[in-house]
Amino acid sequence: MNRLLVIGQGMVGHHFIRQFIQQLQSTNQRDQWQITLIGEEPHLAYDRVHLSEYFEQGAEHLALTSAADYQQNNIEALTNARVVDIDRDNQTVTTDQGQQLDYTHLVLATGSYPFVPPIEGRDQDHCFVYRTLDDLDSIAASAKSATVGTVIGGGLLGLEAANALKSLGLEAQVVEFAPRLMPVQVDERGGEFLKRLIEETGVDVLTNHATLNIEPGESHRYQLNFKDHPSIKTDLVVFSAGIRPRDELAEQAGLDRHERGGVLINNDCQTSDPNIYAIGEVACWNNQIFGLVAPGYRMAEAAAAHLCGQSQPFSGADMSTKLKLLGTDVCSIGDAHAQTAGAVIYEYSDGQANVYRKLVVSADGQHLLGAVLVGSKEGYDTLLQYYLNGMTLPENPAVFILPDSGDAPTLDGDALPDTATLCSCLNVTKGDVVQAVQAGCCSVADVKDATNATTGCGGCAQLIKDTVNAELVKQGIEVNNHLCEHFPYSRDELLHIIQSKQIRTFRELLAEHGEGLGCDICKPTVGGILASLWNEHVLDKEHMPLQDTNDAFLANMQKNGTYSVVPRIAGGEITPEGLICIGEIAKDFNLYTKITGGQRIDLFGAQLHELPIIWERLRDAGFETGQAYGKSVRTVKSCVGSTWCRYGVQDSVGMAIQIEHRYKGIRAPHKVKFAVSGCTRECAEAQSKDFGVIATENGWNLYVCGNGGMKPRHADLFATDLDDETLIRYIDRIFMFYIRTGDRLQRTARWLENLDGGLDYLRDVIINDHLGINAELEAQMQHLISTYQCEWAATLDNPEKLKRFRTFVNAAEPDDSIVFVNERGQRRPANADERQHLIHAVSTD
Amino acid sequence: MTVAQQSWQAVCTQSDLFEYSGVAIKVQGQSIALFYLPDHEPQIYAVDHYDPLCDANVIARGIVGTQQGELCVASPLYKQHYSLISGQCLEDADARLNVWPCRLESGEVWIQFAV
Ligand code: SRM
Ligand SMILES: Cc1cc2nc3c(=O)[nH]c(=O)nc-3n(C[C@H](O)[C@H](O)[C@H](O)COP(=O)(O)OP(=O)(O)OC[C@H]3O[C@@H](n4cnc5c(N)ncnc54)[C@H](O)[C@@H]3O)c2cc1C
Ligand code: SF4
Ligand code: FES
Repeated sequence: MNRLLVIGQGMVGHHFIRQFIQQLQSTNQRDQWQITLIGEEPHLAYDRVHLSEYFEQGAEHLALTSAADYQQNNIEALTNARVVDIDRDNQTVTTDQGQQLDYTHLVLATGSYPFVPPIEGRDQDHCFVYRTLDDLDSIAASAKSATVGTVIGGGLLGLEAANALKSLGLEAQVVEFAPRLMPVQVDERGGEFLKRLIEETGVDVLTNHATLNIEPGESHRYQLNFKDHPSIKTDLVVFSAGIRPRDELAEQAGLDRHERGGVLINNDCQTSDPNIYAIGEVACWNNQIFGLVAPGYRMAEAAAAHLCGQSQPFSGADMSTKLKLLGTDVCSIGDAHAQTAGAVIYEYSDGQANVYRKLVVSADGQHLLGAVLVGSKEGYDTLLQYYLNGMTLPENPAVFILPDSGDAPTLDGDALPDTATLCSCLNVTKGDVVQAVQAGCCSVADVKDATNATTGCGGCAQLIKDTVNAELVKQGIEVNNHLCEHFPYSRDELLHIIQSKQIRTFRELLAEHGEGLGCDICKPTVGGILASLWNEHVLDKEHMPLQDTNDAFLANMQKNGTYSVVPRIAGGEITPEGLICIGEIAKDFNLYTKITGGQRIDLFGAQLHELPIIWERLRDAGFETGQAYGKSVRTVKSCVGSTWCRYGVQDSVGMAIQIEHRYKGIRAPHKVKFAVSGCTRECAEAQSKDFGVIATENGWNLYVCGNGGMKPRHADLFATDLDDETLIRYIDRIFMFYIRTGDRLQRTARWLENLDGGLDYLRDVIINDHLGINAELEAQMQHLISTYQCEWAATLDNPEKLKRFRTFVNAAEPDDSIVFVNERGQRRPANADERQHLIHAVSTD
Repeated sequence: MTVAQQSWQAVCTQSDLFEYSGVAIKVQGQSIALFYLPDHEPQIYAVDHYDPLCDANVIARGIVGTQQGELCVASPLYKQHYSLISGQCLEDADARLNVWPCRLESGEVWIQFAV
């Protein structure tokens, strides 16, 4: 029986175990190995790379494994146990608890420790490093009674730490000894731009500052004194001045080490003792130490293979980086400092936009040696591929760094060789992806499962997706557009079937054209299509079970299971009486009240059984549903327009109200927003809407297919100087054409981008009636407009529908698990901590 | 050793249910979601109303359907699927709803509880 000990349960140790178990199983050797992991931290392996997300997302989110998982795989994992001695003669190790374990094979994965420069006063309270979950807990505790935090060290990690301090509500500053930030990855000019960008995020940056000592302060806990600069005040200090390999065990055991630290390893990751391997940040290969996770993973794979009697030698790794600081784009590839002899440099900078881009190209102009991108990471993926694969650059490499240079080649999968690494975290090549598709994967998700690509930092997702799709097309596999497993059709195909066969219910459709019971994808989609075509009430018996919860209860569900209420306020115009009425209702039901981004009022925190009572009062006061819940027309935003504004040239409010009442309630593939501005100053932001209308001296300009949201798109000017009637007619047609042909959850922006022929084609259809369908489109739209009913009014009149609005159908009581706390004079859902506290307080009362 | 006793209890009437959809009931301080699939056997399914993944009582308001043939409900907040038969979450091995045996008898819904 072989007995393997792994010392260190960090990221690389964990990856090693996964790889090792897999390889043992596939070579039928699992039962010959007994495995124990020993880790000094109190946690099992977690994702250190995303450590900074701990404050927002908690520890579970970072966990890479679980006790149950290890148990299942018959692996023993000791936590809170530090190895203090390795006895190579007797092949045993000893922990700080005095426990002795013997081994036949040992893997050192002890990582690094943060280097703390010998600054006087560095050992006091409130001085930290930034490496482990425990470090972050200590920092958070200290921040509670602090207002200013300082990071010493302006490298990659230092900037991340500064950002974390800021997110803890502190004023953050970074002190760097070198003349610029990220001196390792970024050149001098890039450093200047980076400094400005970082300062824009609200973090103060002091470069060229050599810290002398940390002394007690007056208004703050400490004062930092510098060599040639005035002192600064701070309440806590985080050191981030680089890392050093944790090779003390190797030293004690007499293994060969590099003079600057790190355990020497060969290509199979063996140390000078062939039974002992070293992987990850503690290892030194070819005089190099790697402070990134991907090279560590490669070492783990090499060691695992070797232990299984195979060979997958480690051969170095790429050290390119993309900084994952929120809102700051910094990338560095290869020889960023242009140290290669004869290298040619291309540079572009824009001091206004804070963008700096530099390419380092080989003397013959053929190959990319390095790059620095600050303020814009556009093109990083492409450049990285050129670099990693030694591909020949286009004739004028400058296109890669010039702004909006339409000529810059982007690499789709096709251009890359099969050996190209697409996902560097998990070491997945283009060849792996192609093979996965050939072996039967027919979606990005399948390929992800098969290869693990994209499951590390996630940076490669787009490239993987493009490659998979290109490969599917190439192999003649139709990219599957089926709605879900129950219907082998896309949304527009289903709409066509429903329309041409006059199908009225989901059950009819399922019986004739689908299978199974349906699901949460096809039911709401078909529910939406039925509503778009026949406009029957969404809570009719046959339709109700199809609706997403928001539509099913005509209100938006909030995180704690309560609902929000949004009455329609057409064009944003509301009378004082209307406002008072909403205010009174909000007060009577204790609803959190907020003005929305869509010029109306949202009332939050109603329980299911309260909705009908609230709506009865709103209806009696003349309000209709605002349908904030449906994939349907939302708001028509307006500016005040010519009636009041000195610049207005048309009555924008009047037009907005007319449009809102015309299209209200109409369901579509996704939500649809409008806006009307009274002049070219565009105060209603119409160019960010699905339909934007802007007044001119002569009428209206119509913009189409814009949106804000996740991927903003400026609307395109569709037609100019339209009279009221033509404006409405065009909107009728475009809107109906979109309803007919849009994909599920596709906003108009993406719809237009995917429409063959684009804007010109759309104009041809709508203005020149190219398809001869305009009369039909208009008639269909007229049907929807004339069958409009306020969904809430219709529900209040129907006792059977109202029965659904009961929190519990067998008890007239509210849901007492819903707990609120007060903040800024209103209530909000209690968070998990508060709830525990409050529910506990109630139950012990 | 104690042997768990089972007892059947009437919890609500058939007219409280909605076809192909869910409602919530409260029994002995416990929130339970009932789903009614009239052309299935059994016709009624009882699972926790509480969704452990979003920490709220919402399951009854999810859409019912099948995933690869498995009867399930999609939680309305973040759309994880739970089997109506076993209560197991299909996306997260650690998340599971309690399930109770139940039946429809002369217009009443009965659930079997351990006592
Ligand atoms: C309330 C409001 C925020 C606010 O307090 O201001 C809001 C709240 C929600 N938005 Fe929004 N959005 C609100 C204005 C906006 C705007 C601004 C605007 O309309 O001018 C945008 C960007 C403009 C746009 O849509 O192009 C916006 C972009 C989104 C998106 C991203 C859409 C996209 O195409 O990328 C979503 C997600 C989605 O719809 O899939 C979303 C989804 C949501 C949902 C429905 C999320 C949900 O399902 O729970 C929120 C529920 C509201 C509720 O419970 O009542 N909300 N949302 C605003 C309601 C306006 C209204 O009166 O109806
Ligand atoms: C905030 C932060 C952000 C980062 N961001 C990135 C990034 O974006 N990209 C990237 O590639 N890398 C990043 N890194 C670096 C990355 O986390 C490391 O490269 C990786 O964790 C190295 O893995 P490892 O297993 O070698 O070491 P570690 O993850 O440090 O694991 C070593 C483990 O061994 C334990 N140990 C040490 N000695 C003993 C002993 N004697 N007995 C028992 N246990 C012991 C330690 O406590 C530790 O748990 C980041 C690091 C930090 C701190
Ligand atoms: S868009 Fe024009 S009319 Fe409307 S408020 Fe602004 S300036 Fe006035
Ligand atoms: S490159 Fe990090 S996940 Fe693929």
